[in-house]
This record gives sequence, C-alpha cells and structure tokens, in this order.
Amino acid sequence: MLEKALKGSPKYYTWIGFLVLIILGASGIYIMQLMQGLTITGMSRDVSWGFYIAQFTYLVGVAASGVMIVLPYYFHHYKKFKDLVIFGEFMAIGAVVMCLGFIVVDIGQPQRMLNVVLYPTPNSILFWDMLVLNGYLILNVLVGWTCLECDRQHLPHPKWTKVLAYTSIIWAFSIHTVTAFLYQGLPGRHYWLTAILAARFLASAFCSGPAILLLVILLTEKVTTFKANVEGISTLAKIIAYAMCVNVFFFLLEVFTAFYSNIPGHMLPLVYLFKGVHGHHELVPFMWTAVALGLGSLALLIPPKLRDNMKLLPWSLAILVIATWIDKGLGLLIGGFNPNPFEEISPYWPTGKELIVSAMIYALGALVVTILFKIATEVKQETGASQKTEISSEA
Amino acid sequence: MNHTRRNFLKFAGLTAAGLCVASAGSVMAAATAATEKASEKALQAKRWAMVIDTKRVGTKETIDVLAKACHAAHNVPDIPGRQNVKWIWAAGFDEAFDQPNNFMDESLEKREFALLCNHCASPSCVRVCPTQATYQRPDGIVAMDYHRCIGCRYCMAACPYGSRSFNFMEPRLHLDLAKLNKEFPTRMRGVVEKCNFCVERLAKGKIPACVEVSQGALVFGDLSDPASEVRKVLREHYTIRRKPALGTEPSVYYII
Repeated sequence: MLEKALKGSPKYYTWIGFLVLIILGASGIYIMQLMQGLTITGMSRDVSWGFYIAQFTYLVGVAASGVMIVLPYYFHHYKKFKDLVIFGEFMAIGAVVMCLGFIVVDIGQPQRMLNVVLYPTPNSILFWDMLVLNGYLILNVLVGWTCLECDRQHLPHPKWTKVLAYTSIIWAFSIHTVTAFLYQGLPGRHYWLTAILAARFLASAFCSGPAILLLVILLTEKVTTFKANVEGISTLAKIIAYAMCVNVFFFLLEVFTAFYSNIPGHMLPLVYLFKGVHGHHELVPFMWTAVALGLGSLALLIPPKLRDNMKLLPWSLAILVIATWIDKGLGLLIGGFNPNPFEEISPYWPTGKELIVSAMIYALGALVVTILFKIATEVKQETGASQKTEISSEA
Repeated sequence: MNHTRRNFLKFAGLTAAGLCVASAGSVMAAATAATEKASEKALQAKRWAMVIDTKRVGTKETIDVLAKACHAAHNVPDIPGRQNVKWIWAAGFDEAFDQPNNFMDESLEKREFALLCNHCASPSCVRVCPTQATYQRPDGIVAMDYHRCIGCRYCMAACPYGSRSFNFMEPRLHLDLAKLNKEFPTRMRGVVEKCNFCVERLAKGKIPACVEVSQGALVFGDLSDPASEVRKVLREHYTIRRKPALGTEPSVYYII
C-alpha cells in the first residue's frame, strides 16, 4: 500500500517537500545541540525539563485520544465511526513517533539510550513509559495497517486484529496514566504531586486529541475526495465537549484543594502561573489566555446549535487546542519546577534553537500523518467508501 | 537405620558446605589480592552520615572554603549562570529548610547553610533512574555511574533538595586543566552529577574533602554505630534535617 504515498498531486508534493525541508533544515540545529549539549536550550539547573518534555507529554495525550473513536466503535458497535477508526489509529502512530522524537532530543547522551533496555529497571516509571509507548506504536501499526489492507482487498478483518484493537483501547489509557506517573510520584514537586494528575491528563487528552484529529479530518475532507459521516463528526464533537468539561472540572478541584487548605506549597505554583510570585509573572498572560480560550471553547461546544455548526466548529476546536496546549505544554512543566526546591522562582523560556528542534519533530510527525492519511484516503477512494460523490448521488 | 542415615546426611551436607566456603574463599582472595592494600585502609560503615555545625560554618566565606576543596577534588567546573554545576554551596535558612519563621533570631536569619546531596536512606533519585546509573551503595552512599547515565534528568526532577547538576555543556571548557585532580575523572556533557560523599577518598582511607578542611565543624561517621562521633554529636546537640516530611530520610544533619 505504501506505493499510494508516492503518487500525488503537485500540491501534495509541495507539502511533502515543505515538511522535508523543515526536517532537514532544523536537523542542522539538532546536530549543533549534539555537538554543544543542551546548553542551547533555555533549561537550567532548576527547570531541568522544558519545552521538549512538555511537547512529549502533550503528544502522549494526542496518541491516546484515538481511543475516543476506537472505543465506541469496538465496545459499543457505534458504526458511524467506522470510517474514522483508521484515522484515529494513524494519528496515534504519528503522535507516538513525535513522542519518541521529543524524548530522543531531550536526552543528554542519546547514543546511550539503549541503556534503558540493557539495564531494565522496573522501579523507574520511565522504563514503563518506554514499554507502553513502543507497545502502543506496534499495536496501532499492526491493527491499522492490516485492517486497511483487508478493506482494500474487500476481505473481512482477521479475528486477531479485533483482539489487538481491544488491547489497544486499554493500552491507550495506560500510556497517559504512566506518563502522568512520571510526574505525580515525585516528592517535593507540589504542582504534580496530586492523585488527580493522571485523570487530568486523560481528560485533557480526550478533548484536545480528538479536537486535533477532527481538525485534520476536516482538512483531509478539503484536500481529498474523502467525506466523513456527518453524524460521526457531530458525535465526536460531543465527546470533545464532555471531555473538556471534565478537564476544566478536574482543574478546579486542584484550585479548591490548594486554596481552601491554604497550604503554601500547593498554592504557590498556581499563584506563580496566574498571578506571579516574587516579581515574576512570565506566564500570567498565557495562563489567562488559556482560561479565556478554554471557557470560550466550552461556550461554543456545549450548545448543540453552535456545536453542530460546521462553519464554527473548526474555530471552537482550534481555541480548545490552544487552551489545552498552554495548560499542558507550558504551565504544567514550568509550574511544576517553580517554585524550585529553594522556594525561588527560576524563569524558563524556550530558546529559538529549542523551538527549531521542536519544529523538526513536529514536521516529522506531520510527514508521518500525511503519508498515512494519504494511503488511507486513497484506499477509501479505491473502494468507494465514504466518498463525497456517494453522498451527492444519494441526495 | 534412620538415625545413621540422618547422621550420614548431616556429614555429607557439612562437607559440601565446607567445600563451597573454602573454594569461594580462595576465589575471593584471588580476586581481591590486587586491591587488598587499598581495601585494608578503606574507611567502612553501615550508613555514612554527616553532621554540620552551622554555628561554626555559617557564613558564605567559611562554606566557600568547603566548596573550593570539594570542587577542586572532584574537578567541578565553574560555570556562570543557571546551567551551573555545584556539589556543595551556601544558602539561607528559608532556602534550605521549609520551616519559615517570620520572627527568627538575628544570628539565624543571617546564617548560611552548607547544602549538598543528603545521601537519603530512601532516595527518590535512585527510585526514578531508568538505568541504575544512580544507585545506593551498601554503606548508604548514593553514588553515580557517569558512563551509564543517559542524561534524561529524571533524577533532577525527583530530588526535592536541588542537589543535582546537569552538564548542559562541555564541563572541561570551564576547568583549569593545569589544576586538574588526576585522581578523579572529569565528566562529559550530557550527564548528571552531584556530591558523592567522597567515595574515592573513603576507599583510600581518607575522610571527605569538605570534612577535612572544616576544622572539626563537619563530623563524618557511621550512623549505625552508637559509639561513632556522629552519633555522639547528634546526642549532644539539637539537629534538623532538610524536608523531613518527604520521607527521604536524609543522612545530613544540621546543628542549629
């Protein structure tokens, strides 16, 4: 099926060329990082994880989110998601590739990376994260690729794919839970040391991930002959709205616990993020932007009339993605390291080079997603499934 | 019948055990023969600990003496800014201990405290390390293998004391290569490092570098031995540890 990725319109090739150009150009900066060390980033002794690990965390959520389509389809036989399942799985592949990429660029000695496998250490959550992420990648590749190949040949899906699909549903929850465990078991990091962190991660993943997926699907509809089931899209938008409500609710639980208990350690990270501490308010405008956009997305997604308005939906989803990205891609990491163990504020901001290396990984992910979506839409076109013409001929 | 068989089995078992011990002993003797001289002198303990008399080393200047000795002994680079590396340094009461007091006596308010790795009995850095590059020795010291560390910095997130430094850049560029201590390795960029309670000096029968230059203000010894000097000092003075509520059980005590 891979040959389908080789034949495309000039537009398709321009896009691929653009992504390859970013990857090649930015890899120069990554080589620079390999030669000089992580000193080219804005990280420090106090904020020892930064933009890379934050993107990793956010993208684990995106990877896990495919389950919001796969679960209703397999567990509840919700057939309206039939044509979306493959995109959920392929999106997960792209997201996990980016996750692994962000881990690799964050490591100080990447050539020693295999030490994690050579000296397996079950008491380290990072060891488990490595296992579940790679496992999830393999599951999605196997299930997605096999099912698509069978669709192309008009064959029923083999039984084992169903077993693996069921496994991958449970697995999806595990990848984001384990990623949350990376943070929430560390003594002295008050912003992370909370039992609800894994639940927060899942809630934010299940709104932001499907939102990104839906945006990409709407874009796919624009550039290909693929047409998703309208009812399926509106159900997915409903799921996103519920998940965002839960996400906001969980965050408010944190706010209550911190401020009603009045315990400084719990309050300070939140105060730093939303009001500023010791004259440092670097993140305040971002966090309030997240609040405004988050509430705005709820206002646009909760009323069915606004949610089902297909002209408005992409905007509602976009602002939801920005809001959740600020919360998890900026606030979570910087708020977790501030105040530092000495009760001081250590400002962090990614450097230009750090952002360029991140762009390299994002372009790599976009390339993987483009190629996989191209193959999937070509197969659907070939088999005549979920096509625009089909809808118009029905109407 | 039964009786004699039991005796026979006892005899056979003892013989077998004896042979094992004898052969194991000879193997071990052969293996350690080369390092025997060093190990004879080596200082040993069940749990190493340090007591810092903050009344005697309580200023930036006095703590700087300790830091200089330590950093020279371990080739710790001098890097400006927040990507710096430090094994032992000075900090105020509020930075060191999470028990703020708005109305502290003046001497304590102005006092500086020497901070270093606490060599915790339940170290969270060891718990999270994915490669066992950070590990706990049987004598309680939390040590590091710089050649195994992949530089993921999980240990830095896990340490609630900020005791760990990452080599963001090539450390040798910030060392006076003429004054290197050739007995201790320099590090490369991309690995984490921290105080090691001078394991390399203990192996040669020397006390830690900072203790040596502290003129008795730092006491180092075996916490498990009631007759040791650290235990004697702990019996006689009021001491506190950093962030005891986190359950890490630090091995560094501060006389207030």
